Amino acid sequence: MAVAAVLVSGGLVLAGCGGSDSEGSKASGTSPGEGKTECAQLTQFGDLSGKSVKIYTSIVAPEDQAYKDSFKLFTDCTGAEVDYEGSKEFEAQLVVRVKSGNPPDIAFIPQPGLLKTLVEDTGKVKEAPKQVSDNVDEFYGPDWKAYGTVDGKFYAPPLTANVKSFVWYSPKMFKENGWEIPKTWDDMLALSDTIAATGIKPWCAGIGSGEATGWPATDWLEDVLLRDAGPDVYDKWVNHDIPFNDPAVVKALDTVGGILKNEDYVNGGFGDSKSIASTEFTDAGLPILKGKCAMHRQASFYAANWPKGTDVSETGDAYAFYLPPISEDFGSPVLGGGEFVTAFTDSIQTQALMTYISGGEWVNEKGKATKNGGFVSANKNLDIANVASPIDKTSVEILQNPDAVFRFDGSDLMPGAVGAGSFWKEMTAWIGENQSTQDTLDNIESSWP
Amino acid sequence: MSTGEKFVQMFIAIGLFFGVVAVILLLTQRLRSRTGELIQSAAFVLPAVLLICVGLLYPAIDTIYQSFRNAAGNEFVGLDNYQTIFTDSALIKVLVNTAAWVVIVPLASTAIGLIYAVLIDRAKFEKFAKALIFLPMAISLVGASIIWKFVYDYRQTSDAQIGIANAVLKFFGFDTYRFLQEQPWNTVFLIVIMIWVQAGFAMTILSASIKAIPDDIVEAARLDGAGGLQLFRQITVPSIRPSLIVVITTISITTLKAFDIVRTTTGGNFDTSVLAYQFYVESFRSFNQGLGAALAVLIFVLVMPIVIYNVRQMRKLEAR
Repeated sequence: MAVAAVLVSGGLVLAGCGGSDSEGSKASGTSPGEGKTECAQLTQFGDLSGKSVKIYTSIVAPEDQAYKDSFKLFTDCTGAEVDYEGSKEFEAQLVVRVKSGNPPDIAFIPQPGLLKTLVEDTGKVKEAPKQVSDNVDEFYGPDWKAYGTVDGKFYAPPLTANVKSFVWYSPKMFKENGWEIPKTWDDMLALSDTIAATGIKPWCAGIGSGEATGWPATDWLEDVLLRDAGPDVYDKWVNHDIPFNDPAVVKALDTVGGILKNEDYVNGGFGDSKSIASTEFTDAGLPILKGKCAMHRQASFYAANWPKGTDVSETGDAYAFYLPPISEDFGSPVLGGGEFVTAFTDSIQTQALMTYISGGEWVNEKGKATKNGGFVSANKNLDIANVASPIDKTSVEILQNPDAVFRFDGSDLMPGAVGAGSFWKEMTAWIGENQSTQDTLDNIESSWP
Repeated sequence: MSTGEKFVQMFIAIGLFFGVVAVILLLTQRLRSRTGELIQSAAFVLPAVLLICVGLLYPAIDTIYQSFRNAAGNEFVGLDNYQTIFTDSALIKVLVNTAAWVVIVPLASTAIGLIYAVLIDRAKFEKFAKALIFLPMAISLVGASIIWKFVYDYRQTSDAQIGIANAVLKFFGFDTYRFLQEQPWNTVFLIVIMIWVQAGFAMTILSASIKAIPDDIVEAARLDGAGGLQLFRQITVPSIRPSLIVVITTISITTLKAFDIVRTTTGGNFDTSVLAYQFYVESFRSFNQGLGAALAVLIFVLVMPIVIYNVRQMRKLEAR
């Protein structure tokens, strides 16, 4: 936390010093949205008709439509068009595009680690204008600002968020069997034993995700470490102030192994523990609906994976409960992730769009545009009524709760060689080849650049 | 850039191309002497040479240069990256896997292609049989990998099987098997995909070559009492030797560049990575530019001798 605090204060000082130049921050003419109340924040940029902002992102169909819709107000108010381009090859292509001098105006980056790489290796990321910085101070907690800050300079305001500390289950199945939602880790293990005794596998798990295979396993470890060793140790671990294979981490991974490597507990309908490595995370929770397994630890966005017609609600076919705490010392920690708006140009229209997204208006627009659920933000101005699904509402409540101990997905904060490399790979070997906990963590430690 | 702007750019580029050619033609048409001819040919060769320099030579030299630099590309590290390739245990596995691919794929696909070509030569259903083995060639490697991923799909033995390979195992009373997960055989099962795709290529070239063997040689051998197997060993194989070499070397080069199969099926997990895939991982996922470049250079160095040998063989073939 100390490091984060330093980052934040550094960011604040710099933001106070002025951020971007005032020169060129306003176009001539009157903005098309002049006089309309919903355009209040956007008219200051003047008439931007005929200009456009190129956005590059990893968010592709069908989720992209809600984004396109959410920028409609921006276009109506300023006259500037938004060119939205989504690609599944985003992470790799973005670096290539930036290095070769063909960057988009704005990219939505899901990993602060990648942001850091881009800032340090290419030097082409533009610092956020003062107004954006002020917006983030106003609408987000200081930790969210720290994720968009590199070496004391603030670059990227948050776009969206997600909450990962959820366990998906079937309320109907729990009710029929008289099972209760566990409040502590020990309760959860006791429940697992009860379920296992009935012949149903208590857990379903899958960490397959194409090239990114392994990331769901990293989330498991992060969630448990946060609960078992606390946020301070977690922060030190993420920043490599303690080695990756610290005894605390070994203990946490063994705790995860207590569930994922326990043949009595896994893996509903797919095979033994090793089959977790070859099961796609998207498919992994579905056996819940067939009664083959009972619980699936996965983020809020798993809501989109249930087949059409599934009743996702507190009394329905599928819902999620908060992954219970292990130690009473650390409150109720929440692991989450998010995306950040990163600019590579400092044209007026780019600044205008960033200001709009980082302000309090856009999140509500986006919430309204995302009719089927799947949008969460830590923005304090987001009205929960504008969020569609019950799981999203719960997530927003968690994020807006000032007492919640929130931590960002560790692998996304680590350098790419670890966070999107050895960490995924070794965790896959840990479960898929039954590699020992110590070897796994030692291998990752030795790959830290 | 909007589509309209892209089209405008494209037309400008095409216009420029014609313009340049027209200018070259105009300027050189008056030259009639020997030096004139030289200038004329130089004028036409020069743009191509220039483009090769910009598009091929410069990136190659830049890659070699980067392979001596650190992850971010801003510091000179000497031979460190190359040392890593040959000392890091994970990368050594990559090298061993690549070696397995390069040895097994060309030999197996060529052997299968050759035997198949001989067996169906002048058979009644030749065209149909050829189409059958040639079809996989029309499928992209990614497509082929997805097909085979389904073939290899794993479910526990007691459950209904999705993958045909495990369905067959279950039918005969065996336990189901993790084809893509159990080392070292998973690499072999990936190699099978490549063989499946490449055997058609080998068959096509070799079949054409077999048809080109003069009938009188075959007849003469028959009159001398050669049987099927003897005919194959003494006549067919020596006659198509140059084509065999071309096929083997071409497949070797393709195999060294194999990337799609590993990426689509296992993502390099369970020790199945190969050089070309590792190059991609280092360069574009781990952002280790230096090591990525060094791997690219290594592939280049390995391909070079094969290409040279291949070109010489083709020349010999043409000279005959």
